[in-house]
Amino acid sequence: MSPLNIVPSGPPPKAKDRVFDRKGQMPEEYYKDQLFELEAKGELIVHRIDDEKQKPVEIETKFGRTKKIAVDNTWHHKSCGQCGHIPGYSTSIFWLARELGYSYHDPKDQSSCTAWNYYASSTSNPAAQAAVAVRNFAQAYEDGYFPLIHCGTSYGHYKEVREELIHHRELRDQLKRVMDVLGKPVVFPEEIVHYSEWVHVMRHRIAERQQRDFSGITATVHPACHYHKLVVEDAIYDRDLYDGQRTAVVSGLVKALGAELADYSTWHDCCGFGFRHILVSRDFSRSFATIRKIERMKEEADPDVTVTHDTGCVTTLDKSQFAAQAHGRNVGIPVMSDAQFAALAMGAHPYKICQLHWHGVDMKPLMEKMGIDHEAAWAEFEEQAARIEAGEIDFMSWDDC
Amino acid sequence: MADPSPPLYADAKYREVPFEEKQRLFDEVTADMRWETSLYGCYECGICVAACPSARFYDFSPRVFAQVMAREDVHTFYELLNESVWDCSQCFSCTRCPRQNNPGGIITIMREVAVNHGLQSAKDALKAYSRIIYKIMSTGTQVAPDMLQPDFFPDWGPDVQQVSDHLDVWRRAIPPETLHTTELAWDVSEKTRMELYLIWKLTGNLEMIERIDEGIFMILEEVMEELLEEHGYDIDDIESVVD
Repeated sequence: MSPLNIVPSGPPPKAKDRVFDRKGQMPEEYYKDQLFELEAKGELIVHRIDDEKQKPVEIETKFGRTKKIAVDNTWHHKSCGQCGHIPGYSTSIFWLARELGYSYHDPKDQSSCTAWNYYASSTSNPAAQAAVAVRNFAQAYEDGYFPLIHCGTSYGHYKEVREELIHHRELRDQLKRVMDVLGKPVVFPEEIVHYSEWVHVMRHRIAERQQRDFSGITATVHPACHYHKLVVEDAIYDRDLYDGQRTAVVSGLVKALGAELADYSTWHDCCGFGFRHILVSRDFSRSFATIRKIERMKEEADPDVTVTHDTGCVTTLDKSQFAAQAHGRNVGIPVMSDAQFAALAMGAHPYKICQLHWHGVDMKPLMEKMGIDHEAAWAEFEEQAARIEAGEIDFMSWDDC
Repeated sequence: MADPSPPLYADAKYREVPFEEKQRLFDEVTADMRWETSLYGCYECGICVAACPSARFYDFSPRVFAQVMAREDVHTFYELLNESVWDCSQCFSCTRCPRQNNPGGIITIMREVAVNHGLQSAKDALKAYSRIIYKIMSTGTQVAPDMLQPDFFPDWGPDVQQVSDHLDVWRRAIPPETLHTTELAWDVSEKTRMELYLIWKLTGNLEMIERIDEGIFMILEEVMEELLEEHGYDIDDIESVVD
């Protein structure tokens, strides 16, 4: 028997020499074309991003298509977890818009997307989920502002709703009947835009107005699952950031602000939130967050802070560390959103704006590295709180910050 | 339909449940409009398991869901429907699948079927969670500042006590006006709630709650009825648009 004639074809290419061409993986369908087709048939109204009103910035998405990010005159679709438990998150988003000179609407006529509950309990159905989404979108349309979605789960879930509406006539019919009773039009926005995409396209302007030096700060990034794993095609990627292999949002901001972006092996893992678990089965959330995420970051990067861009991720990664610390685990990394990180860079007050006292892990060493006098800042916050308590003022306004 | 595989499952769990009942629930899952884009086959590569957070801490595997559904193994399907379906984190890390399967999406549908049929296992899984369902459906926001109580989050450390002690003042010490709330994540208008109540009724969502927790259903229906009545609607006259 003659030996196999194997001709060596040379060593595999080095990682640095590989070319990652996303265009080859681009889906044949394009949601925008499909939405416009449905509009042409009279089935819905597409809420367009107006060039003059929204001053959009175009940016590349995962497979090389272009996405328009509405910058001005945005309708802030708030997040229940952010507003309820980490209010400095939402406040920082609003503060950035104000500081950069953009108009926005913070509506009372907005409901949660209800997707946290849906992923936790499934006590809903596609018709109800579509109706909740489109009710909010119709309100934004009637208010004359373009939706900017604060929550990663709302963002991912609304894209799921978009896919379902595009592909299922029966669902569109059900939705139409619901919206008729509500007296509202069926409206879907041209793009579903997450606030972290807004922060990403603003990152160089944020850096131009940076007041605090972040060059001594090392940051790890946790990409939110529902941002980059649910209907992935219109998440933002950048060929120059991690070779286009993971989303560019958050990481792009960290680099733009001059901090050291540190990598770690479990970046793709979820935070452990689990939707139902974080509320009623936290032993799982806590174990996953600390063992698979925080301890790995500590061992591999030892960051000063981990920055992320979704409600559940900030909550889980932050709040899970207290119990783990009590067990002597290697934890203790401050956690915050990209919006808070950006606001701090631009000189925002750590307590009045970023509301860091709602977070669990001690932020003081990080603030010291950022050059923040946290004792003075806390005294300033307490002074305002005392005025509220004494009845001198009803609430703290933007002017008090 | 006759059970095609009785010998193999002779010692399986849930033998007391008729095969036809298991098949009926299986068919409901595969009849869902999302089903056709949820499962395309399985290489058995295990990428979904490697990416799955729940697989690390529970006896849970997204691959098992994909394979059981692909094999149309209704006995094991029924076991999954009553047990590990509630372990999933719904993070959709499993969508890394090279066949574009969506095990997390299959689980969403399965859970919905379990709730729609008021399975005891679903009631048990959601027992402690019911008050959250009430919160989101009655107020339009899922979590609220006043939930930050030491007895609800004892493992989150002393900061929860701090927040709880200063809640009213600290909420008013947040600049956006919509956030000066303690019982809601933000100030949701009455109109929004009224429209949500119409949605719950029109889409059969309220009836789903009745099947899973009658107590919560009764309180919720009362709250909805009152507001809808104020706006000229009789809750009993509102018929579902969903079959």
